[in-house]
Amino acid sequence: MRDVAIISYAQSPQLRDAGAKNDIEQVMDVTTAALAQANMSIDDIDFVCSGSCDYLGGAAFAFVNAVDALGAVPSIAESHVEMDAAWALYEAWLKIQCGSAETALIYGFGKSSHSEMRIIPTLQLDPYYYTPLWPDTISIAALQARSLLDSGKYTEEDFAQVVVNSRKNAKSNPLAQLKGDVTVAEVLAEDKIASPLSKSNCCPVTDGSSSLVMVTREVAEKMISEGKIKGAAFINGLDHRIDAHGLGVRDLTRSDSCRIAGLKAGVNNGPVEIAEVYAPFAHQELIIKEALGLGDETKMSPSGGTLAGHAFMTHGLDCIGNVAKAIISGDVKRGVAHATSGPCLQQNLVMVLSSKAGES
Amino acid sequence: MAGQLAAVVGVGQTERYAAKVKESIAGLVREAAIKALADAGCTWDDIDAVIIGKAPDFFEGHLMPELYLADALGCVGKPMLRVHTAGSVGGSTAIVAASHVQSGQFNRVLTVAYEKQSESNAMWALSSKQPFSPHFNAGAGGFFAPIIREYIRRSGAPDDLGCKVAYKDRMHALNNSHAHIQDEHGKPDLAQYLESPMLWDPIRFSEVCPSSDGAVAMVIANEELAEKSPNPPAWIAGTSMRSEPTMYAWREEVNPEAGQACAADVYKQAGITDPLKEIDCAEVYVPFSWYEPMWLENLGFAAEGEGWKLTLDGTTSLDEGGACPWNCSGGVLSSNPIGASGMIRFAEAALQVRGMANNQVPNAKTALGHAYGGGAQFFAMWIVKADKPAA
Repeated sequence: MRDVAIISYAQSPQLRDAGAKNDIEQVMDVTTAALAQANMSIDDIDFVCSGSCDYLGGAAFAFVNAVDALGAVPSIAESHVEMDAAWALYEAWLKIQCGSAETALIYGFGKSSHSEMRIIPTLQLDPYYYTPLWPDTISIAALQARSLLDSGKYTEEDFAQVVVNSRKNAKSNPLAQLKGDVTVAEVLAEDKIASPLSKSNCCPVTDGSSSLVMVTREVAEKMISEGKIKGAAFINGLDHRIDAHGLGVRDLTRSDSCRIAGLKAGVNNGPVEIAEVYAPFAHQELIIKEALGLGDETKMSPSGGTLAGHAFMTHGLDCIGNVAKAIISGDVKRGVAHATSGPCLQQNLVMVLSSKAGES
Repeated sequence: MAGQLAAVVGVGQTERYAAKVKESIAGLVREAAIKALADAGCTWDDIDAVIIGKAPDFFEGHLMPELYLADALGCVGKPMLRVHTAGSVGGSTAIVAASHVQSGQFNRVLTVAYEKQSESNAMWALSSKQPFSPHFNAGAGGFFAPIIREYIRRSGAPDDLGCKVAYKDRMHALNNSHAHIQDEHGKPDLAQYLESPMLWDPIRFSEVCPSSDGAVAMVIANEELAEKSPNPPAWIAGTSMRSEPTMYAWREEVNPEAGQACAADVYKQAGITDPLKEIDCAEVYVPFSWYEPMWLENLGFAAEGEGWKLTLDGTTSLDEGGACPWNCSGGVLSSNPIGASGMIRFAEAALQVRGMANNQVPNAKTALGHAYGGGAQFFAMWIVKADKPAA
């Protein structure tokens, strides 16, 4: 396996509504910033890959215009996944493993304020048996939260504590949308949207974009020695898995696909200082933490995590980027990033990042 | 060629690409996958990852369909990736699947692409307003018609050439049981084609791809497994993807730079210097007939302005014994399950060099698979060979 490192990461503010700023402008901000941090131009990039969702753009092929943000003249080697941009990173990582690229630019974007985010994910369901019933995304997550309570593993106080921690961590993240001091009692006192979930248990609707540059170890080390970049976060392990779709055929209180991906990525082959996990609902952070085998020595979602800002289609890349950023800055030696997709954590990607290449 | 050797060892296609109102989407993809596994002599357990592609989620109104299809494609507990790169998606998906094996990270993967147009309305879905862009409301044909008019003006090609391409491809389709357009409308009739209704001048109804349902699947394996596979492998000798912006002031829309660059890249990997001589047959994305002469030029089979002459003299026709038949399967003009159409090109190219195509080119050793999408700014291509390339 070729060692690959993330050398830059740029994220837009996690706004509730970015106003008139369109997708292309959103993408331009972060790709320009990620390239500038890496001391590169688009001409230095061998492969570009992105993730987005046409349903947020409100048109088929809404993603194609984003290429306009890249200065893709002459043409570039480029691809797109209709998945979170964390999976776009995975496609680019394979490209580097093949030896067909040494450098890659990844970006993701989503303007959720245009959309009815409570029902957009309903269209992800089995189109014959589930979608026609129009279960909304919060109600589906509530089924999972309820089965977690019924299992006796966690209480509503545990869920509320996740919210409290998120708001507190987000206070030191200038890009976060929701932050501040709240108490477990305050969260528990909120009206339920879909019992047992209240508003604070749910991630906020967010407009946002993010981008990062990923290069081979050789390129990263050369750039560090030339003083072009400050540091690099090496990908020590990367894997993703999917579970069955049907909510009735899996145990919603756990995530097998997350567990397998964590094992394959080698999460527990070393100490995990921080974990940025993609948990759109508070209780899901507990499921992911358990699936990854993380203990209390790991700081969960120091950026504030998904409850502090959820740029749909690029939040998984944000989890990766935030861990990479902490490692590049020297604050952290080894951390774990996680991305998810689908109802009740159906699909999961896990990455182990560290300050050293070749470790797992 | 990048990375480790990989080969197509299994291909599966659904029954004829006509409307399949009574089949579910899961049923379609599973049918193609099972056929590909049978061809490859393997089972679901032998598959390390599934890579799926399709055209916009808007078509069937079904967001991120890979989530629902994980079960039908035997993917539970495995990696699953969904590619989406406009109309080129089927080709891009095959390339991403190949990179799973070429990277050395996976031994054998399944890749699938599909579309169910009977559950969708592509004309509508392709006419919705794009944010902050001029609104054409004319579907794909309306977008491409002016570009085709410009090609005709520049090249001086005869007006009836487009119908001749359609006639040639539909004659090819008669020998491919998967093709949607078969002879229930009578044998293709060039005179009728020339009289068919004008949809978007100069594109007549007879020169347009149909709306089809179907899925195609391939099993791609590493060198060791490919050599042990029961049927001949199609070795992947080169893959390339290129994109350019939809619009910029000096964009060459008739002969796009991205297409030329993509072809140059894939030929270099496969060691091809003269495509007309060295490529035995090609499956090229021609959804509107005039794109055959345009792509003959864009892909370097003919000099600029000369592509139409290769159609006219029968070079691209298997029935006329042409030197480099294009779209022996009948092409997109005979079957268009949009998200699958690109992968069908790649799969049919593989079938040709495996000697297993329904409309087989005798002794085909090297074949091109090609797909394009959007406003012809996204390209995906691969070259497959019967003989194993040097690693």
